[in-house]
Amino acid sequence: MKIKKFGEKIPQSLFFIIALSALSVLALITVFILIEGVPLISKVGVFKFLFGMKWAPSLGQYGIFPMIVGTVFVTTGAIILGVPIALCCSIFLAEFAPKKISNLVRPAIQLLAGIPSVVYGFWGLIFIVPFIRNYMGGPGLSILAGSIILAIMILPTIISISEVSILALPPLLKEGAFALGATHWQTIRGVLLPAAKSGILASIILGIGRAVGETMAVIMVLGNAVALPKSILDPARTLTTNIGIEMGYASGEHQQALFATGIVLLVIIMILNASAQYAIRRK
Amino acid sequence: MKLSPKITQRIAKTVIWSAALLVILLLFSIIIYILGKGIPNITWQFLTQIPSDMGRSGGILSTIVGTLSVTLVATLVATPLGVGTAFYLTEYTREGIITKIIRFSAESLAGIPSIVYGLFGFIFFVIYLKLGWSILSGGLTLAVMILPTIIRTSEEAIRTVPAIYREVSYSLGGTKWQTMLKALIPTALPGISTGVILGIGRCVAETAAVILTAGSALRMPVSLFSPARTMAVHFYILAREGISMERAFGTAALLIILILIINIGANMLVNKFVAKGR
Repeated sequence: MKIKKFGEKIPQSLFFIIALSALSVLALITVFILIEGVPLISKVGVFKFLFGMKWAPSLGQYGIFPMIVGTVFVTTGAIILGVPIALCCSIFLAEFAPKKISNLVRPAIQLLAGIPSVVYGFWGLIFIVPFIRNYMGGPGLSILAGSIILAIMILPTIISISEVSILALPPLLKEGAFALGATHWQTIRGVLLPAAKSGILASIILGIGRAVGETMAVIMVLGNAVALPKSILDPARTLTTNIGIEMGYASGEHQQALFATGIVLLVIIMILNASAQYAIRRK
Repeated sequence: MKLSPKITQRIAKTVIWSAALLVILLLFSIIIYILGKGIPNITWQFLTQIPSDMGRSGGILSTIVGTLSVTLVATLVATPLGVGTAFYLTEYTREGIITKIIRFSAESLAGIPSIVYGLFGFIFFVIYLKLGWSILSGGLTLAVMILPTIIRTSEEAIRTVPAIYREVSYSLGGTKWQTMLKALIPTALPGISTGVILGIGRCVAETAAVILTAGSALRMPVSLFSPARTMAVHFYILAREGISMERAFGTAALLIILILIINIGANMLVNKFVAKGR
């Protein structure tokens, strides 16, 4: 009996150590990015770093405000374009689609999530950028182009999580509404969507997180100019693309500034994740 | 004017069907465009020659090897860690503060943008651990990135193993370790493999994290410490710098084909798993 217990003890502690991997990696990521980035932020000053209008590493000027604005604009655009389509699609899958069709559409949406982001960027560069340049003006490489690409890229996240939260509702809700004579759409709008609100909210927040964090697709269609954008047809730069473009050749203080940009990005993402998890658990 | 519920329903239904149609059309237009332009460029030479002249001529063999080796390292490292974590969460502990912390970490990792993984991998693996731009640095960075996916899918898979499997095993005098090895792992295997396959898909598709950690050298990698360029990185550089559109399309088409195969594989496993669970 004792030997058996001993044998059981080894795996238990081993599994505990393995289970700590996620936590330790998260800690490592946070610590190493902070170590690299914080010295520069404290040298420049938090306020000047976050709200400085000039990003000129060769002159030692590190202000990321234009990129914060760029990130906010591109993400907002993606949400405005993507969320309605994604919600319709999730309602379609959960309520309207015949089983045969939903069994085909679901893997297709999963595939949409698997396509490399560089391919999306490339597709946008070939179709969307020229379209905007020819029919709407400006250089084509623009906030609008970035928003359209990101809107497509966040579809799978929002669709799958919202669909699951609609499907997870107790069937009694729907039956009750039908019994009261409501049409299918009245049931969806008046009963199901309000009941699945927290899951849908979480899906949108996670979609925002994906849009904020996407790099390669955005680099290819956004134009990457470091200036405050004046319209949605202007090129812009986001926090992620700032890192993606300049990490290749940055060194010294400049590199630290990119890690500092990473800190800002990480803080935004952490806040978004925490609120999504809060929304999911609130039920 | 107030529309009758019937008409509103009809309008809503039309809007919803067209949104779904739009998404499917978008997906197909992207895939068919890339495959249509790319497949004619995939020749035997393209697959078996090393790129020359920055990728203007030659094939993409070294980038295929780069993709495979980086992915292999990532999968070999992340799978035991992810599956082990899942077993700890489901079999070795009660729900409590520790499981909460572990789950919170995994969920937080899942949300971190790939470029931040790139920054981390660069400063930690490439610089601090002095691994340089290499297959090892790239693979380890990707391992960290796919860890949450593997943890989540494995946990779900293990949780769906019917309680009776455990009960029978314990009642026959099986230890926890034996129960896991003989009863849980075989039953949960399709689910676990799905997670691993999804992780492989993410590795193959990733660009930002790999370019900062494995580098973008076009030479054929010879060891774990060689720098390597993956197909996704190669495609990005070819397309962005306008080096060779034919080769860019060819590489993209090959990537899409790989992703298609990976997705179909994962789906078949899920279906098998669902069928088995019932």
